[in-house]
Amino acid sequence: MTTILLDPSGELQPPSREPLPRLSRLAGATIGLLDISKPRGDVFLDRLQELLESRGARVERFRKPTFAKNAPPDVRREIAERCDAVLEALAD
Amino acid sequence: MSAVPGWILRDGLVAVVKRECPTCRTVAPALAQIRAAGRELLVVSQDDSAFPEGMATRFDADLEASHRLGIEVVPTLLERRDGETRRAAIGWNREEWQELSGVSDLAPGLPAARPGCGALNLEEPHASRLAGLDAPAPSARAVPLGDQEDPIEACFARGWSDGLPVVPPTPERVRRMLAGVSRPADELVAVVPPDYAPATVEKVAINAVMAGCLPEHLPVVLACVEAACSEEFNWHGLAATTYFSGPVVVVNGPIRRQLGMSWGINALGQGNRANLTIGRALQLTLRNVGGARPGGVDRATLGNPGKLSFCFAENEEDSPWEPLAASRGVAAGRSAVTLFAGEGPRGVVDQLSREPESLARSLSMALRTVAHPKLPLAFDAMVVISPEHGRVFRAAGWTRQRLEQRLHELLLVPAAELVRGAGGCAEGVPASRVVDLESTIPKFRPDGLLLVHAGGAAGLFSAIIGGWINGAGGSQPVTREIA
Repeated sequence: MTTILLDPSGELQPPSREPLPRLSRLAGATIGLLDISKPRGDVFLDRLQELLESRGARVERFRKPTFAKNAPPDVRREIAERCDAVLEALAD
Repeated sequence: MSAVPGWILRDGLVAVVKRECPTCRTVAPALAQIRAAGRELLVVSQDDSAFPEGMATRFDADLEASHRLGIEVVPTLLERRDGETRRAAIGWNREEWQELSGVSDLAPGLPAARPGCGALNLEEPHASRLAGLDAPAPSARAVPLGDQEDPIEACFARGWSDGLPVVPPTPERVRRMLAGVSRPADELVAVVPPDYAPATVEKVAINAVMAGCLPEHLPVVLACVEAACSEEFNWHGLAATTYFSGPVVVVNGPIRRQLGMSWGINALGQGNRANLTIGRALQLTLRNVGGARPGGVDRATLGNPGKLSFCFAENEEDSPWEPLAASRGVAAGRSAVTLFAGEGPRGVVDQLSREPESLARSLSMALRTVAHPKLPLAFDAMVVISPEHGRVFRAAGWTRQRLEQRLHELLLVPAAELVRGAGGCAEGVPASRVVDLESTIPKFRPDGLLLVHAGGAAGLFSAIIGGWINGAGGSQPVTREIA
């Protein structure tokens, strides 16, 4: 049986963060592609878009102004509202 | 009481027995007789599904049926009608059993009456488990552990520890801890800085479990948390300071004996469970609920070992004076805690003074150096007078007030010694604040000295516990009665 302990803290932080459940299939899902503004990141994402669409996914494109900072809150909110999952292009 | 399990007869007789009970074994024939006479009889066995032999029984494996029926003794014979118990025969009593069952000449070989045994559902660990069925659900967040997680390591991993292992706060342990007070679990005790998170009775109980307290310690811990979170004590400032101090607790009153606290040998040291766990529970509560952690809000340069736990009882029994709490307004015979923002204790040796004036001078010379010899008024101090030193004052008839007053007088320091630069030392009072270099400045503010009596019978030593800053931005000592 799972051991339960009662939280002694002020409970202002979550005790641990669970990742959201993973997608089980691509067909019918809306996948966001986030361009982090690195050179030729868009080329890479264009190719990903082709592959995802060929597997039945819908693709939405997003872009953050600079790779050096976190995506602005409104970009994050849009992605969360419109997509089931998101891909970020990270490295050069 | 909640509903009994569905298999308990709504109408008819219910007998609850256990094999371990000799009386239950001897009344088995009576049960057989009742059945043979055609009465509706359910026999419930608490400890053995095959008991009594030779008759159909139900095994109350989890003892929930016994608990719901309110069984305290076995054998118990209940008359049930419409799902309610109308009458009960406790133990073996021929007259009562015959009356309930309507069968005569029951067990002729037995005496007229025989007492039973304690019911199994009242024994531990069953009693605590069954009590949990009816207990209100905890309000605190339930944190499930991983299957492979060691509960003690889990507490470390989640940042709940003070560096030492804590007792994992299971709902069961917290429930038992809450039985130490009659206050409701969700009653608000204090709002704890710096996060200003609410500490309910339950929250304090969780931290008291972790500290290793017994339920009877909880009322003292609650009083400590209330005192620490008061405006005057200023836990917010104390938690964040770069200075050494942490909360120091002095306990007065009958509760000291009731809890077996220590005020004699090694009173400020390790070894006594009540002293150590009460002091620890206070600090775990303040830091877990309030959120002040070293490197976070707690910026102490060095801190002191007392920030783990620093709680002791006053030796009232052969004290030269009234208890500390009494001198601060608590009525005689009442228990109370006094909280003081203190650093670690420093020793004062005086093995030769037999007169109070001489001993007062020794103490004042040592007190001069609290924080810094050239820094007056900003800091308070607690002096722990040991019995051998206390005897000197008692023999001379010096009251607490007299000693305090004499210490203040002896600690009027020449301003010329205190100014910055004096004695080749940059520290001290700015010259601009010294009106007259010929004057004296008191080392301590008028209420800045607390005298406490504690320690073992042998040893011509006392201790000084230096305070933190006092005044508007600092901390005042706070006394709180224990409810």
